[in-house]
Amino acid sequence: MIYLDNSATTHARAEVIETVNDAMQKFWINPSAAYAQALDVEKALDGARRTVLRSIGGAQAGTVVFTGGGTEGDNLSIIGAANARRAHFNHIITTAIEHPAVLRTVEFLERSGFDVTVLPVNEKGCVIPEQVAEAVREDTCIVSVMHVNNEVGSVNDIAAIAEAVKAKNPNTYVHVDAVQAYLRVPVELAKTKIDLYSASAHKVHGPKGVGFLFIRKGVKLDGVQLGGGQEMGLRSGTQNVPGILGFAKAVELWDPADNDRMRGLKEKLFAEISSRLDGVRRNGPSAEESAPHVLNVGFTGVRAETLLHALEDKDVLVATGSACSSKHRKVSFVLDQMGVPESHIGGSIRLSFGIFNTEDDIVPAAEAIASAVTLLRRFKAR
Amino acid sequence: MENVEKLILIRFGEIHLKGQNRPYFENMLQRRIREAVAFYEGARVSRHDGRYFVRGAEHNPEVIEKICRVFGVHSVCPAVQMPKDSFEDICEMACELMKDEKGSFKVHARRSDKRYPMGSPEIAAKVGEAVLNANENLHVDIKNPDTRLEVEIRDKAFLYSKVYMARGGMPVGSNGKAYVLLSGGIDSPVAAYMTAKRGVHIDAVHFDSPPYTSARSRQKVIDLAKLLTDYCGSIRLHIVPFTEIQQEIYEKCPDEELTILMRRSMMRIAQAIAIEGNGTALVTGESIGQVASQTLESLASTNDVCALPVIRPLICFDKSEIMEVARDIGTYETSILPYEDCCTVFVPRHPKTHPKIEDVRKSEENVDFAALEARAMEQATFMDLHLGDSHEVEQY
Repeated sequence: MIYLDNSATTHARAEVIETVNDAMQKFWINPSAAYAQALDVEKALDGARRTVLRSIGGAQAGTVVFTGGGTEGDNLSIIGAANARRAHFNHIITTAIEHPAVLRTVEFLERSGFDVTVLPVNEKGCVIPEQVAEAVREDTCIVSVMHVNNEVGSVNDIAAIAEAVKAKNPNTYVHVDAVQAYLRVPVELAKTKIDLYSASAHKVHGPKGVGFLFIRKGVKLDGVQLGGGQEMGLRSGTQNVPGILGFAKAVELWDPADNDRMRGLKEKLFAEISSRLDGVRRNGPSAEESAPHVLNVGFTGVRAETLLHALEDKDVLVATGSACSSKHRKVSFVLDQMGVPESHIGGSIRLSFGIFNTEDDIVPAAEAIASAVTLLRRFKAR
Repeated sequence: MENVEKLILIRFGEIHLKGQNRPYFENMLQRRIREAVAFYEGARVSRHDGRYFVRGAEHNPEVIEKICRVFGVHSVCPAVQMPKDSFEDICEMACELMKDEKGSFKVHARRSDKRYPMGSPEIAAKVGEAVLNANENLHVDIKNPDTRLEVEIRDKAFLYSKVYMARGGMPVGSNGKAYVLLSGGIDSPVAAYMTAKRGVHIDAVHFDSPPYTSARSRQKVIDLAKLLTDYCGSIRLHIVPFTEIQQEIYEKCPDEELTILMRRSMMRIAQAIAIEGNGTALVTGESIGQVASQTLESLASTNDVCALPVIRPLICFDKSEIMEVARDIGTYETSILPYEDCCTVFVPRHPKTHPKIEDVRKSEENVDFAALEARAMEQATFMDLHLGDSHEVEQY
């Protein structure tokens, strides 16, 4: 199998699996229990917290709360901030190409009375910091902007966005959905004005069902999942100790050199595809401007969903950005926003890389794609 | 009171009418009921004196529900069985059964034991009197009672006041075997259900077009077949790879005839599979005018390739009527899952609504259908689905 859908999820590292297994055997005691034996578990959790905090350059600037994943971190940031400050702050800003975890959450708050501004993106899939600042009002509660877009791999300048927002209104929180960016596009949060930064373990070869939310000192959130008050009252529920320790292991093992290697594979794959086919378009930012692991390619004369299934038959797994149905031919909203031409938009697939991809994947993948596209083009819709 | 037992009494419908063949139908129905309650350990089915009885499951609602889905059953009644010799006991039991009822009631008695010392009207009157005296919230209404208490005097006495109407029809397997073309849409499962209701054993044929359709759309069809087993019993589902045939038609035939040629090919394949499996009819979910391929001319054109009779139970149904049945039998929610039809490539822009059979036959000469269809049948696979498999289908 050639797996090119690492933006959907990744295969956990062997060491991570081992860590999770060990933790289930050794650290099964409830970390909140009063007896001394629980202290070891609590310490292990705090070790994981420090590991994660270090990985985002966030030590001293704030702390992290372990969550159930990326969606939960996004929900907690936005709903948590809205609930904590709704008396004075009634406005939320986000962008048109956010993940549904953010967009649906913002829509939910809009229905409950918040004012919402949704900013457009440029043809590279980015928001301009000045444009964000312009939308900020005196009552803007939170700005939520993704770091790396999941469909095309565009990278927002989140440090500059935070800077611009705070210059306009120092009381507005800045949340970054970093689910696709975490570890792949390094950050030093202490050197930025970002208040909230959420990520997920299973996108970086960790276990599913775990994530974290960085919270800058002084930022006030209300917990969304209520109960026993774990994770500083922001995320009640007994911690997923094996998942968290497995996550920390994946973080420790992340080698920044892999980012450059993935970028190399990505560019090679695009070159190999382009050399075999006409009518190929790279959607989104250029090679240098994009995240190292996401490549979105549009093909004329094919439907992305059919291409995906043709590739699955060749054991090459990819994603389409666009959900489609024959009745409502919905094309990807993100690609539409970025002005991808009609001829390519319906035939756009996403190829995303992880640490287990190697040089050996590239030519077979390009060949599979080329032969599938060639065949399907023979039967394109008239 | 001693020797009182809760059981389920089953009344059957149309097979009453059968003359010489009645034992055949009765045995078949008994077998179907036995299969339907087999999931409940200890449930025993027997037949006596024009009734079926399920003992050992008391009044378990799931058992009652399953029996209601057996074609050939008229109605299902949670009943009490007791000795018939003490009429006082019968009256006492009647009062007990009716103690929580309010409003109007009547007692209806039936006596198959003609040696019983009282006639039916007398039994009804006496039991009614006892009930009326025991429950001050009740009054008698012979014409339109809210509650009808039945007293049947057979080898024992049977009393019941609740009747669950079943679906009627004939026991599956009593009327041969037919093959339904199962697409994954709303209509074909309903057509299969309605045909099975007439006692026809159903097997299914599905045409699969990867990569234009996905593994999920195939799973959806499997799930629909599983849901149908509640009514149809065992179903053999044949899955035929159809992509190559579609591609050939697409390349070599006029655009506006794509659908009609595809339908004809499907009918030929389904018919061949049916004949191989000793089926004697095909079943489709077609309904006049619903889509271009279902105009009378289009139907004539697809019918042209069939020697077997094609049963089209929905032929005069409106879409809304079909949807109503689909909801009733529980296939609707699965049918509307959005996996189907992700292939628009092979749908002509302007399909012919009035195809001429001669034209279609002529276009067909462009493609070597015999060879392609033989290959598709060779590559076809099948799976057997059984009563009870509907449990595996997750529905929200």
